[in-house]
Amino acid sequence: MTLLTVVFAAIFCTVLWYRMAPQDEMKVSVLCWIFWGASLMWLVDAVFAYMKQGAAYFTPAPAEMLNDWFLGVSVVALGLVVWLVILLVKDPRGAVKATLFKERKLNK
Amino acid sequence: MACMIIPGTEAIITTILAKAVASREEKERKMEAFQGKDGDTVSGITEIPFSRKLRWLSNLLWGGSALLAFEHVWHGEIVPWFPFLTAVGNPADTAAMLHEMATSGIAMSALVTAVWAVMLVMVSVVERRTLKGQAIHK
Repeated sequence: MTLLTVVFAAIFCTVLWYRMAPQDEMKVSVLCWIFWGASLMWLVDAVFAYMKQGAAYFTPAPAEMLNDWFLGVSVVALGLVVWLVILLVKDPRGAVKATLFKERKLNK
Repeated sequence: MACMIIPGTEAIITTILAKAVASREEKERKMEAFQGKDGDTVSGITEIPFSRKLRWLSNLLWGGSALLAFEHVWHGEIVPWFPFLTAVGNPADTAAMLHEMATSGIAMSALVTAVWAVMLVMVSVVERRTLKGQAIHK
């Protein structure tokens, strides 16, 4: 479930990035890298779990599934927070800088 | 248990490598500009620098390792106090952790690197076609 949630997030971000490419003002590419990297790593985890559990891997208990989904959503939220921090620090549109400068001007 | 340590270590190495390659490329570019050469430039389209390609790999590795680290915190395998990994507490868990690092950790690094290598092959095909097309039009 965690893998599935992150894969969907990666696909959504890639489509969003493609719609805006080659411009990447919102740094959506960062989200693509984060979610695809995590998807690939969780895929390996899933393969190892499948090798251990066999077909039972595909029939998890509802409580386990819910916890995995909760984890997936939390992971996506963390990815979005990381992206937001990178976006505000790099400030490609200069919006943060402009706002700070404007406020300083007003204070004067 | 701590499988993300392997891709995390690879991420650190590739980041350092990308920075070193970028600074070497910058020096070469300055030298070429000084000598009046335009390198592989054809009508303004240049080859993608290797440092940028290396950054793709490090981005994948950093992103994946960070989210996986969060998963380990979620499952109580990583804690914010020394020695940070709960498996280090007893020898049986430590052995299981090392086994996981040697199997799934290395497999994660290998898969991400393999996907990146496939990306490089595809990009180089597109790059070659574009540069060739531009040269013909010139």
